[in-house]
Amino acid sequence: MKKHHITLSVNGDDYDALVEPQQTLLDTLRDTLMLTGTKEGCATGDCGACSVIVDGTLQCACLMLGVEANGAKVETIEGMAKGEKLHPLQKAILEHNGLQCGICTPGVLMAAKALLERNPDPTETETRFWLAGNLCRCTGYDKLIKSVLVAAKEMRGA
Amino acid sequence: MAHDILDNSGFSADRKLKIVGTNPIKHDGWDKVTGAAKFSSDIVLPGMLVGKVLRSPHAHAVIKSIDTSAAEKLSGVKAVVTRADFPEIKEGTPYGDMTRMVIAREKVYHEGHPVAAVAATSESIAKRALKLIKVEYEVLPHVIDPVEAMKPDAPVLHAYMRTKGAKPGDAKVWADKASNVVERYELGVGDVAKGFAEAEFVVEHVYDTKPMHQGYIEPQSCVATASEEGEVELWCCTQAPFVYRDRLSEILKMDSSKIKVQQSELGGGFGGKTAFYAEPIAIQLARKARRPVKITFTRSEVFRGTGPVSGTQSRIKIGCRKDGTITAAEAELVFQTGPYSGSAFTNAPQAMFTRYDLPNVKTVSYEVVSNRPKVASFRAPCVPQVVFGVEDVMSELATKIGMDQIEFRLKNAMADGATTIYAEKFGKIGFIETLEAAKNCEHYKSPVPKGCGRGISTGFWFNRGGETSSSLQVAPDGSVTITLGTADVAGSRISISMMVAEELGIPVDKVRAVLADTHQLGFNRVTAGSRTTFSQGVVLVDCSRKVIKEMAGRAARIWKVPEEGVMFEDGMFRPASTNVGEFKPLSIADIAKQTTNTEGAIAARSDMNVTGAGPGFGCHIVDVKVDEETGFTEIVRYTVVEDAGKAIHPLQVEGQFQGGAVQGIGWALNEEYIFGTDGKMQNPGFLDYRMPVASDVPNIDTIIVEVPNPKHPYGLRGVGEVPVVPTMAAIANAIGNCIGIRPRSLPMSPPRLLKLLKEKKGKA
Repeated sequence: MKKHHITLSVNGDDYDALVEPQQTLLDTLRDTLMLTGTKEGCATGDCGACSVIVDGTLQCACLMLGVEANGAKVETIEGMAKGEKLHPLQKAILEHNGLQCGICTPGVLMAAKALLERNPDPTETETRFWLAGNLCRCTGYDKLIKSVLVAAKEMRGA
Repeated sequence: MAHDILDNSGFSADRKLKIVGTNPIKHDGWDKVTGAAKFSSDIVLPGMLVGKVLRSPHAHAVIKSIDTSAAEKLSGVKAVVTRADFPEIKEGTPYGDMTRMVIAREKVYHEGHPVAAVAATSESIAKRALKLIKVEYEVLPHVIDPVEAMKPDAPVLHAYMRTKGAKPGDAKVWADKASNVVERYELGVGDVAKGFAEAEFVVEHVYDTKPMHQGYIEPQSCVATASEEGEVELWCCTQAPFVYRDRLSEILKMDSSKIKVQQSELGGGFGGKTAFYAEPIAIQLARKARRPVKITFTRSEVFRGTGPVSGTQSRIKIGCRKDGTITAAEAELVFQTGPYSGSAFTNAPQAMFTRYDLPNVKTVSYEVVSNRPKVASFRAPCVPQVVFGVEDVMSELATKIGMDQIEFRLKNAMADGATTIYAEKFGKIGFIETLEAAKNCEHYKSPVPKGCGRGISTGFWFNRGGETSSSLQVAPDGSVTITLGTADVAGSRISISMMVAEELGIPVDKVRAVLADTHQLGFNRVTAGSRTTFSQGVVLVDCSRKVIKEMAGRAARIWKVPEEGVMFEDGMFRPASTNVGEFKPLSIADIAKQTTNTEGAIAARSDMNVTGAGPGFGCHIVDVKVDEETGFTEIVRYTVVEDAGKAIHPLQVEGQFQGGAVQGIGWALNEEYIFGTDGKMQNPGFLDYRMPVASDVPNIDTIIVEVPNPKHPYGLRGVGEVPVVPTMAAIANAIGNCIGIRPRSLPMSPPRLLKLLKEKKGKA
């Protein structure tokens, strides 16, 4: 099948990629660029494990084609920590045991980051509804939501 | 406080703990928050091909022929496999059935049953190749519902099958011709006729539960390679690397020593990753293509092709006296298993009443095959489904005699030394303490919020031990590696590392746990049944005490004193008394770095069939509010009370309680497999198979009860199974108290509750 040439920026790095026309951004990240931190849980936009930020907007990478990301700026979990310094959300999830198996964690972190960029002081209910697109089967959400609220507080300097 | 280095006798209540009971960050967490953790689907090998599986579109059909020639000719296709590529093993035997579930032979038994598979240089080529495989089917009548499948005129799945334990006088089973009932199992104690005659109140109802899927977010994925010499390596997400190896050996007719299974990080299992699916197919493709092959399931394949849990139908009857004493209990249980046996249904009659001390019990259970995906384990396999009914009957009886719900359960609670109906005599158990903690908690004592209903329920799980083989290595710098053959399903590596650090008196950061491949250790039983942290604690405390003894010997030889002149305290080896002499205490690192001038590497290995698991008990309290216009149930408040024995890492224990309860909330309110009349699953995706999302649930409060298990060095009991056992019953009782009518069928979804409300209004 004829492939298409795209260029995109992922976490500030420029990439060239050849993608099949039906290939999703998720498969482009994972299989073509070998950035496997973004996970596939359903490939139908229902679980949020593949959440990434494309040009500032939270997206399911499985619902976007690779060719649609031509020229886009993509943020993934691999770009969240700055060197050894974890993002406050990453730190909070570790400290408050907001993860168990860890498969949903990258998607949850990207979605929570997008939330706190829009709303630095969300209520618990707002946080629960914002993260309703991210399935987690291990934690029952309790410690995950607490982690996000702790990180929000830290980021506000409160 | 010093402890005798030779003391292997187990639990000591007086021991002062420094690490156990704290909440260090789990070592595998860093990679999981940065995207660096390696799950199976992240693995890439040079020359790797993509494998895809062709699945049956029919629920029940004979495979007349399979023609793969066109697929094989497609450019980029490197191998195609069908039933012809797997050794023949007789159907009706455990491995004969297992190989037929991996890939269909004579018949397909459910929609989604694998029929063929291809390996190709890209996913798109593999998908095109699947379309070129021609399968000729002779479609047969199918049966989905297990109760329908028990009828004499139901389509029979296996002409050879005769019901095990068939008994004259039971019209549901017969021994003279084929049946879909795999087994009839009877278990009981005392005389129920006499018991019910003594009862002043008797309640009996029929209950129905639907299969739910374990719902792990990571679809199954594996990578297989085969060497020219015939050795196989398999990377996969599994709860049972050693069990996979030995079953692969049986169905592929290869020596276990030629199969290396390496577990990756596991993206959730909950019992569902104790059985393999694509792994044997990937191996056969890799052997045929002579290249590595990766197979990753889609979510639809996970739903249609991997195990949900058993749906059940049950009839439950309990009788009691006015004072609350239960005189008899009776149950008839039907379990769906999919096309072949394997539901572990006998857990249900053993566990359903266990926590109440009952003199007279009779249970009859049936395991039934039908044209559904084969069931797999899930937290407390087969028990939550029937506790759903038991705890409804209990609640109704308590209401009838006007007794507090928890008091009624306390009145009948098992105490230390109680004997179960499966003839196990319990030692120290914590059910009474759990009920007392529930009774005295703020949630239970607070008034029921306006417009809400409150429900409670209890649950039990055996907890398990079993074969466990692990090793511990002390590096010359004094840091410690522990090599585990069990899987880490939710964070057990940190809990096990903490017990080792506690024993050795070193910081937990100096201990690293690695997940072994199957070449490195002896056989390890499946990571399930809440056995892992318990068993690994026993085995690695043994390893730790062995290396302490070894190092004490080395300290003695360095100091040139008798071995008994050395004691171990707070991570240091010291002279046991001033009589031994004056020596500067030696740390583990001080001794470890002297391996060259002492007896070499310091390491220990322990292989045990661990016994002494402590039974687990829990009590859930829930407040719900039902919208009578929409039938929607809001979980307003939820509290889990459970005996952990000892919480090694309390945050992890709370996480088990919370995660289990929310899975139960999904099972209670929404989750079910829906089949069309064509026998096809109609909701094989997360949009239509509705698992709880963050906005569906409140914070889940937890109360950790600690009644130490005297047979574990740190007193722990397993905690992973019990949290889902009481959930559905607690919610049903709460809904019943809210709307005045108690649902007896799962899920209690909005349309079903609306129907109940309508029936109630019709009656009124």
